[in-house]
Amino acid sequence: MNAILISAIWGIVMMFSGIFTQRKAGIRNVAIVGLLLLLAGNYLDMTGYHLLVMDVHKMLFFDTFGLLGNSIAIASTLLLVLLSGRDMEKVGHNLAEYYALVFFTLCGITLVTTFNSLLMLFLGIEIVSIPLYILTGSDKRNLKSNEAALKYFLMGSFSTGLMLLGIAFLYGASPTGSFNIDDIWSAQPAVEPLLLAGILLLLVSIAFKVSAAPFHFWTPDVYDGAPTVFTSFMATIVKVSIFVGFLRLFDEAFGSNPGQWQIFVAIIAAATLFIGNITAVFQQSVKRMLAYSSIAQAGFMLLAVLSLSGVAKEGIILYAAAYSIATIGVFAVLIRMKDYTFEGFNGLARQQPVLAATCTIFLLSLAGIPLTGGFFAKYYMLASVVSTGKFMWLVIFAVLCAAVSAYYYFRVIQAMYFKEGDGTTEVAPSAGFKGMLVLLAVLVLVLGIFPQSLLGQLSRLIYTW
Amino acid sequence: MIPVLLIVVPLVCGLVGFLFRSERAARGWALLASLVTLAVSLWGLTLQKGSTLLHHSSAWLPDLGSRFSVGLDGLSTILSLLVAVAFPLIFISTWRTEYRRAWNFYALMLLSQAGLMGVFVATDALLFYFFWELALIPVYFLCSQWGGERRIQVTFKFFVYTFVGSLLMLVGLIWIYWHTPDHSFSMESFYAMHTRINSKDQMWLFWVLFLAFAIKMPIWPLHTWQPDTYEQAPTATTMVLSALMVKMGLFGLLRWLAPIVPEATWAWGDTVSVACIIGMVYASLIAIRQDDLKRLVAYSSIAHMGLMCLAVFATTSIGMQGVMVQMFNHGINILGMWIVVELIERKTGTRKISQLGGLAQKAPGLAILLVVVALANIALPLTNAFVGEFLMFTGVFTSTATKYNVVFTVVAAVTVILAAVYTLNMIKRVFFGELSALTAKVSDIRFNEKLALVVIVLLIVFIGVYPKPVLELTKATADFILAKMNYKL
Repeated sequence: MNAILISAIWGIVMMFSGIFTQRKAGIRNVAIVGLLLLLAGNYLDMTGYHLLVMDVHKMLFFDTFGLLGNSIAIASTLLLVLLSGRDMEKVGHNLAEYYALVFFTLCGITLVTTFNSLLMLFLGIEIVSIPLYILTGSDKRNLKSNEAALKYFLMGSFSTGLMLLGIAFLYGASPTGSFNIDDIWSAQPAVEPLLLAGILLLLVSIAFKVSAAPFHFWTPDVYDGAPTVFTSFMATIVKVSIFVGFLRLFDEAFGSNPGQWQIFVAIIAAATLFIGNITAVFQQSVKRMLAYSSIAQAGFMLLAVLSLSGVAKEGIILYAAAYSIATIGVFAVLIRMKDYTFEGFNGLARQQPVLAATCTIFLLSLAGIPLTGGFFAKYYMLASVVSTGKFMWLVIFAVLCAAVSAYYYFRVIQAMYFKEGDGTTEVAPSAGFKGMLVLLAVLVLVLGIFPQSLLGQLSRLIYTW
Repeated sequence: MIPVLLIVVPLVCGLVGFLFRSERAARGWALLASLVTLAVSLWGLTLQKGSTLLHHSSAWLPDLGSRFSVGLDGLSTILSLLVAVAFPLIFISTWRTEYRRAWNFYALMLLSQAGLMGVFVATDALLFYFFWELALIPVYFLCSQWGGERRIQVTFKFFVYTFVGSLLMLVGLIWIYWHTPDHSFSMESFYAMHTRINSKDQMWLFWVLFLAFAIKMPIWPLHTWQPDTYEQAPTATTMVLSALMVKMGLFGLLRWLAPIVPEATWAWGDTVSVACIIGMVYASLIAIRQDDLKRLVAYSSIAHMGLMCLAVFATTSIGMQGVMVQMFNHGINILGMWIVVELIERKTGTRKISQLGGLAQKAPGLAILLVVVALANIALPLTNAFVGEFLMFTGVFTSTATKYNVVFTVVAAVTVILAAVYTLNMIKRVFFGELSALTAKVSDIRFNEKLALVVIVLLIVFIGVYPKPVLELTKATADFILAKMNYKL
């Protein structure tokens, strides 16, 4: 509850901060303070201190899983602002509004991670999406940015329509006429076909939001067209938070009878892995490659939705953290580059050793090499499916796709280290920026050697609860 | 304690090595670090079996059922000893090779040593997987940064090959882990599974695990990365790859495959053996036709690894012991071969056999040492390889695991003759005959190269004449693995 309140209020504070100051550093500091407050507020929620106790009529449910999802989203946003805040200033003049929209998105995210009623899920997803439409188009003079925003908006509203229809079907099918996710399932639904259709429509619309194939077509264009800072925001924080909600929905609402829908999730996961990885191989621009890689990573996260075990819940949290940190890091380096193609990275190791070294760690993590957080993230996803005892073909398929992913991640490493060239950044990066990158790299390594540091509390809470 | 030191010493020294900025200092530091590791390894040899210093286990990932547990038994002792012996020899023999940004080179070499040590001493499956991948990453950077012209593509092919294999292995390990009653990655829990996994699951588990090991060894038809990588990698790294890293595959077979899915190992034995046999003959024939020294040694290595793999699947006590002894011997011998190849290339600027000739006149010391190494390569009596190959051939011949033991033995024995053909032919054309334009101004080898080769020759002769210590070292482990495999008898 704390996080919802603080993020909404601070969003308004951010809007007004633009009136009182024009100093960019000032606005950024207000945002950083807000994020710190948000993080602290969410932490207090986890330890049992609530700013406001009110009856939410079971519309929201604050469990550790959702709150931890919040923490990761907020902490990742904080890292993003600290790393790439200065690049946000270059997008346009309305800096305060950008930050306000980011806070509103976070407000939506906190709803998505802790919803207990389908209405709240719908509200959350819409509150997440609408600011993102604006942020995508925030580079007003850039035609590609405009195109991306329009495309995203049209496709997004279409999927929202599907989601509403699905929710309506589920409402009709539930025996007691309820939107609460724990009441939807029953052995004897009022109308069975309605229930199945409802599940499928929800699956499709959320698959759209997390850019799972075959509903991924908007992703490369939108991620490519949007200003890179916001691409980073969308590809990491927004995506993993919706996954937290996705897992929650399917676990609570449909988890007791997975047989009916599991095969669809398996097919979507396989298609997403295949299309994401194979298409990423052919990209010439690192930004587009990262867009496709985010599709491929979504395919891996779908494995958690497929298996819905305790391992899956732990895993998705770890995946969210490992993937967000690594991707934010790569994007932060990418934003500073002169040239977004692979050739643009040629010889970066000679010019900027710190950037190249940290970037290598992030890419190794995305590829899932041991000693980085990405390894355990993938490990948990695979283990969760193995624990169900079914879908071994998907596990094998997923690891083969992971091997393909090594190809395009290593292309960047090859360019930075082994190719001759004068790839460099637009301006020399500051010591603070380098320090932040090193911090992120250390976080990735800590998650890779002692994932317990994050998961220790979590697994205890999930299993005892 | 000792296995932990074996990992930690090269790891820490490697990380420190990145801080150097002088080539001389970095090289000295690397040699010092590898000698310290060797000292630790020798210290381990002097201890009694069952000494608490030989094992270590501490909590790592309690929720995953994985511990940081390492230990030294016969198999891991002999392989960690090989790693510990090989690295100082590599550093000494390539002492005069110059590298750009040499400090990074030496640091990465030490990191790869840490990874290799970890693979051989890990007694926890997840830890084993960790080190399995970690050994690969430094080698990837070494080959791509300091290799030949086509290094980037070639190394990448190598990387993708092994990465596919190891990911499949990961799936297999997770599956077994999930079916252990106590959800544990420990070696004991995995070994206890050998009677619990039903035959159907064993059949596919065998392949997901075996592919990783077969790619690493490499077994025909998965060997295509190997000659290219050996050729393009800097010679010091080729030594690591061929003397040490290929042993990871055999080691995996002995430690993490045969004792865990014994039924499938019996069932697929013939299939794998046939692949081994084809690979041996095929690689030997190609080696005969090779003009490039590096590729010749590379193909000869495929043939030797094929024989070792064949002997594992013969599942006889004597054959198993032969494999373990031969793993050590092959590592030493091929190291000697590479040192010679590296010398010839550095002195004459070419690796083409057709452009060389008459080197014995100019470099008699080198010629003598090489002939001993070459004789070991074709397993002549009194050399170490004879001991290993004799045991392996006996093992294959007396094997009851297959109906085709005689055929396998005969064909495998033919490849020994082929080995004599290409090895002696190589000596003849490189060291004897007319001097060519390139070999006319060559001088004899220097002290550091002589030192490395003399140590190798001494090891070759010592084990060839008095193999008792290595045989004693491996006996218990061979019997242990067979006991796991023959649980029904």
